[in-house]
Formats: sequence, C-alpha cells, structure tokens
Amino acid sequence: MIPLSWYLVLGAALFCVGVYGVLARRNAVAILMSVELMLNAVNINLVAFWHYLTPSAVSGMTFALIVFAVAAAEAAVGLALIISIYRRRQTVVAEDVSMMKF
Amino acid sequence: MTGLQIVFLAVAAAILAAAVQVVTTRNLVHAALWLIATLFGMAILFVLLEAGFLAVVQVVVYIGAISILIIFAVMLTRRVMQDTGPQTNDLRWLALVIAAALGGAIVYTLFQTDRQGGFPLANAPVPADSLETLGLYLVDPNAYMLALVAIGVLLAVGMVGSIAIARDDREKE
Repeated sequence: MIPLSWYLVLGAALFCVGVYGVLARRNAVAILMSVELMLNAVNINLVAFWHYLTPSAVSGMTFALIVFAVAAAEAAVGLALIISIYRRRQTVVAEDVSMMKF
Repeated sequence: MTGLQIVFLAVAAAILAAAVQVVTTRNLVHAALWLIATLFGMAILFVLLEAGFLAVVQVVVYIGAISILIIFAVMLTRRVMQDTGPQTNDLRWLALVIAAALGGAIVYTLFQTDRQGGFPLANAPVPADSLETLGLYLVDPNAYMLALVAIGVLLAVGMVGSIAIARDDREKE
C-alpha cells in the first residue's frame, strides 16, 4: 500500500513548480499553464485524502469535479483575455500589460 | 516495496520531470506537450487511488479540451515571442526562493502532523458503487445539488464571457 504522505509530498512539489512558473514566466500563456499545474496538485491532494480518510463519502470526488469545472472555465476566460490583449497590443508578455498598475 | 509503490514512484518522477519542463522550456508548444504528459501521469495516479471516473474526466476534460485550447492560444499568439529573448522575468531567483520556501513549509507541516499522530486513516476499502453514490449525491438537494448547479452556471457564464471578450469588434464596422 502506498502511504498517504507520498501523495501529499508529490502534490506539494507539483504546487511549488506551478508557483515558480506563475512568478517567473513572462509569457501569459505559460503562466496559465502553470496555474493548471497548481490546480492539478490540489486535485491530487483532494482525491488522496478522500481515498485514505473518508472512502465511503463522496465529498472529495465532488470537490475534485468542481476543481475540474473551475479549471475549464478559467482556461477559457484566461485564453480569451490573452487573445484579446494580443489583438489590441501585439504582445503576450505579462509585464508589458501594466495599464492597470499604479 | 510492493509493485504499486514502484509504479507510484515511477509515475511521480515522470510527473515532476514533465512539470519542470513545462515551466522551463523555451518553446511554448513543447511546454504544452509536456503539460499533456503531466496531466496523463495525473490520470494514472487517479487510477492508483481507485477513482477511475476522475481519471476518465481528467483525460477527456484536461487533455482533450484544456490542453487543446492552450495549444490553440500558443499558435494564435506565436509571432511575438518566437523563442527569442528571455522567457523568465528578472525575479526568477526570488520566485525560486519563494517556491522552495513554500514547499519546505508544506513538507515541514506534514512531518509535524505525522509526529503528532498523523491523519485519522479510515483503513476501509473504497465501496464498489462509489460512482453511483456520487451521481445520486450530485442531484440530491440535501447534498451537492447546489454545487452542480453552480458549476453549470459558472461554465455557461465562462463560455459566454470568453466569446464576448475574444470577439473581434472590427467586424461590425
């Protein structure tokens, strides 16, 4: 049997890779990809906890499904924003789109 | 060490290697392909966790829809950053420190929990009809029906919103 902590350590490592990607990448599409990595790390945690702690309840799977749906909506809206910005300003570099920054 | 543990370690190593490629590769199309590899490894993990339905959803929704959407976006915005110039900003070392500190904090908390008795493991098998239970709970007003309706509204609003945002206004003139 695989220990629960292995899944948790893997989820933490994956989340941190995603955090690095979000903070360090310049391309907005790459930032969105890193966000997907982070959402997946959370999903691993949810399903692992469901499997090891409350296998008879289905709350963990329900949460994982909600995360799936949120990820899909987030990808659709985020990529639409990126394409709209690209069409107007010919750039997808996150630091060049700073008109809402003080 | 049992066979399942060996499978887990192999899949976990593959997932982490692919994830590091996603955040470091210069070519964004390659990064998207590495992302697909990561998501596929995740589907294998769901199978290991006896959540076969989630593994199928992972392949259909993430690999089938989201990755293709991302590849589309990469192709549509390709000319600007065509693999030249730096792919990371000036704060990448700070980002690395922050990510490492966050990971260290999470793993430290995990070991603290283990030292204080660990998690209350159920040590029970997953019921064979858990998928049926999930379906019933998702349409039960006393359980998760609100969550299902909220997901539906969110997806509808997201779809309409992305069409409205990405539409080319110049067509009208």
